[in-house]
Amino acid sequence: MPLAFYKKPALVAYVTCGDPDLPTTREIILAAIEAGADVIELGVPFSDPVADGPVIQRASERALKHGTSLAQVLTLAAEVREHAQSTGLVIFSYLNPILRMGMAKFCKVARAAGVDGALITDLPVEEAGEYLRAMRAYDLAPVFLAAPTSPEERLKRIAEASRGFVYAVSRTGVTGARQQLADDARKLVKRLRRVTRLPIALGFGISTAEQFAEVGSFADAVVVGSAIVETVERNRGREAEAVGEFVRKLSPVTAESSVAAR
Amino acid sequence: MAALEELEREYERAKRDKKFQARLTELLTTYAGRPTPLFFARRLTEKLGGAKIYLKREDLLHTGAHKINNCLGQGLLVERMGKHRVIAETGAGQHGVATATVCALLGFECVVYMGTEDMRRQELNVFRMRLLGAEVRGVESGSRTLKDAINEAMRDWVTNVRTTHYLLGSVLGAHPYPTMVRDFHRVIGREARAQILKAEGKLPAAIIACVGGGSNSIGIFYDFLKDKKVRLIGVEAGGRSEKLGDHAARFRGGSPGVLQGTYSYVLQDSGGQIALTHSVSAGLDYPSIGPEHAALRDAGRAEYVAASDAEALAATTLLARTEGIIPALESAHAVAEVVKRAPRMKKSEIVIVNVSGRGDKDIGIMRENLKLD
Repeated sequence: MPLAFYKKPALVAYVTCGDPDLPTTREIILAAIEAGADVIELGVPFSDPVADGPVIQRASERALKHGTSLAQVLTLAAEVREHAQSTGLVIFSYLNPILRMGMAKFCKVARAAGVDGALITDLPVEEAGEYLRAMRAYDLAPVFLAAPTSPEERLKRIAEASRGFVYAVSRTGVTGARQQLADDARKLVKRLRRVTRLPIALGFGISTAEQFAEVGSFADAVVVGSAIVETVERNRGREAEAVGEFVRKLSPVTAESSVAAR
Repeated sequence: MAALEELEREYERAKRDKKFQARLTELLTTYAGRPTPLFFARRLTEKLGGAKIYLKREDLLHTGAHKINNCLGQGLLVERMGKHRVIAETGAGQHGVATATVCALLGFECVVYMGTEDMRRQELNVFRMRLLGAEVRGVESGSRTLKDAINEAMRDWVTNVRTTHYLLGSVLGAHPYPTMVRDFHRVIGREARAQILKAEGKLPAAIIACVGGGSNSIGIFYDFLKDKKVRLIGVEAGGRSEKLGDHAARFRGGSPGVLQGTYSYVLQDSGGQIALTHSVSAGLDYPSIGPEHAALRDAGRAEYVAASDAEALAATTLLARTEGIIPALESAHAVAEVVKRAPRMKKSEIVIVNVSGRGDKDIGIMRENLKLD
């Protein structure tokens, strides 16, 4: 089960697929894995990314300019799977592209591509009945977001519906790097521990080695997204190399121990 | 989610709270100017030579459109919830102005998100909002119109949810918004029904209203739903052509999808990306439609047609010159439909057109397009 975290803290790396183009995204993902990423979130670009900050918004716009689609992202996932058997692959998407493809078809194609799970940003667990049934039928792990504002009851539902890991959002708001991590993060992880035994990955706003280490002290995994996407944006022509360097610097320990773990 | 649940709880309580309802009614009467007249458009009726046309004059409300009904309602809810910061999106600027107005009235901090394309074409409303003390934040993403303003307002809301209320201006978004916003606009249909019965002693054959998100139309439709013989006709923006990207006629070119928390008809491409839209009227320029309209359409209770930019502009001139009323370009789409439909109806039949807003805000666009000088 590749969604298991082999080391603590594990690194979950988010990439907006198709930015700057799909062949480069493939190289970026392989470089991130080489540098120690345990799970890759393959971001499907969407025209209206309401949960994302400016960095991922810009990346999505660039990816959509040349028509990056969910179907292409799933093909990319299959290619990555050929090269990386022990890395977790999670499709990270808004609901509409998946609805358009059809829930069951999405799950079927994702399974065939070697994908392990999916996270649909704008599908609340309360409305996820059909999705959960389809995911279960294809043995895929649904991952849900838990927010600091989620009341106890909701955290419970999220924990019950999630497989693989629970994604804890470090603070209220959209994706994007922040100087400081809110106290919210630690409290939320503590609250989640009370309702689940699943590993907890913490994300939103993490961009430095210091933050990585801090989060690693209380969460099982750290999600880094916008900072990787920004590295791609700032290093035209050497995207994969730059992401590899960034991931290595983010967690020097991760890079070493991942070799040992394999 | 937690904020939506809090809002739903508070709204359900307010609905049953006589004091809340009395205060809302008082503000609607003494501040907004309700009830609005139902006006018999004699010259327009004669000119078209068919059905008897009545105009529901929402354009006469304070701030110039129906939007104030919902803003006063939600404003009082904000007070109940003890929040002090209000954010809103706006397309044509009418909802933004109504929100800024209510925030000034009730003493809230106010931020309005508006696409920069809409800021350009609705300059006057941008100034009005600023004059009322609101901060107007331009949105540069996507088509720089209503949809993008909603995205940005949602991003603000999830960030500041503990202190902020999102005063959504149409029957869109996640539950309870579509239901709550409809309820605050039901007063339009409730009044119109009583007024037409008093004036004519019978119900109209048809009601016509424009549909962007669909708040004014659902507001006037709702109390007529049980009157099965009254045809309910929504008019979408036909834009400049039937090509995807050139219009905002969701029922003509859209398919089921999810946008901004609403499952409804959506203009989208084969990969599920939301399409760009176009309309001469900023308030109708939106790729999805309120879910209740989708349900009414699928049930066959309401029908939906489209009027083009050119038809809406022609209808504006016609109404101005026959009745001395300059409608908002949104409402002009409804007028355009009555121009097509009334001549085919019997003289004994009545049709009510909802003039949801006045045209002052659109004078710049009308001037560009009508070339009268």
